[in-house]
Amino acid sequence: MKARVLIRPKAGILDPQGEAVQRALPALGFEGVANVHIGRLVELDVEDASQLEPMCEKLLANPLVEDYEIVLAGE
Amino acid sequence: MKFGVLQFPGSCDEVDALYAARRVGDAELLWHGERDLKGADAIVVPGGFSYGDYLRAGAIARFSPVMESVIDFAGDGGLVLGICNGFQVLCEAHLLPGALLPNANLRFTFRQVQLDVAEGDTAFTCACGGDRDLRAAGHPSVSGGSTTGGRSTLSIPAKHSWGRYYADEATLTSMQEHGQVVLRYAPGENFNGSLSDIAGVRNEQGNVFGLMPHPEHAVDELTGSTDGLCIFTSMRMAVEGARV
Repeated sequence: MKARVLIRPKAGILDPQGEAVQRALPALGFEGVANVHIGRLVELDVEDASQLEPMCEKLLANPLVEDYEIVLAGE
Repeated sequence: MKFGVLQFPGSCDEVDALYAARRVGDAELLWHGERDLKGADAIVVPGGFSYGDYLRAGAIARFSPVMESVIDFAGDGGLVLGICNGFQVLCEAHLLPGALLPNANLRFTFRQVQLDVAEGDTAFTCACGGDRDLRAAGHPSVSGGSTTGGRSTLSIPAKHSWGRYYADEATLTSMQEHGQVVLRYAPGENFNGSLSDIAGVRNEQGNVFGLMPHPEHAVDELTGSTDGLCIFTSMRMAVEGARV
């Protein structure tokens, strides 16, 4: 089955990439934007969805500084 | 005294690390795919872009066969030095606390930095005290030991875009209590936003040490500073001292 893992920096940790994008948007005419954060998307086909969480804990994310969200196809 | 310098696909500073180590003892490159540490007394995990920094810097290198051996070696008390990408690998492997994040200044920065030695009585800084040149030369009248009486400063180049040190509050407090913060950027030198100006840390046991700046690029007058040599000399002293 198809799965997507969204990985984002933990709240409260400085995200300079997010801040840089947030600063760039008004210069392009987009106002009223806040809370921009840059993360990572991993897409994969898995046979056993129960492996996704251990995959995230062990490799796909660094749980010390990142949160992850597993989204299964059809959700 | 033999150093084993790891080499991953994408490492670029392993050769300078090899040459720096060879000023102090024997040294050999250890390929990432091999489990054999070839009798190394100490391991150096070098700088560069192992596996292209894909996913996260060091995230993949940590699972290589050679790192499996290094993790066991560290568990048995063996000395392990991680430089830049090597520091990232050691944090990903949980041999060191914390994590490295993108520089707060959002730039790949390559400049000489001044580092304060916060802990002078470690296996990696015992030769970095006051009479550093004498210690590095193995002068018989100067023995390795604590520099807690005074602070010394090391001038060493940093070159990285992902070197901001982070650890949560509880970890930082514990690290301070256990003397695990070994090097700090001197006032005004912290370009990457590392918490508490942390440039280098060791584990609680004291046998694993990581730093973002590159001591292997500061071992010859040709590049302006020889302050990096004392880290390698300290390791030799620690290994030889342990043999006595």
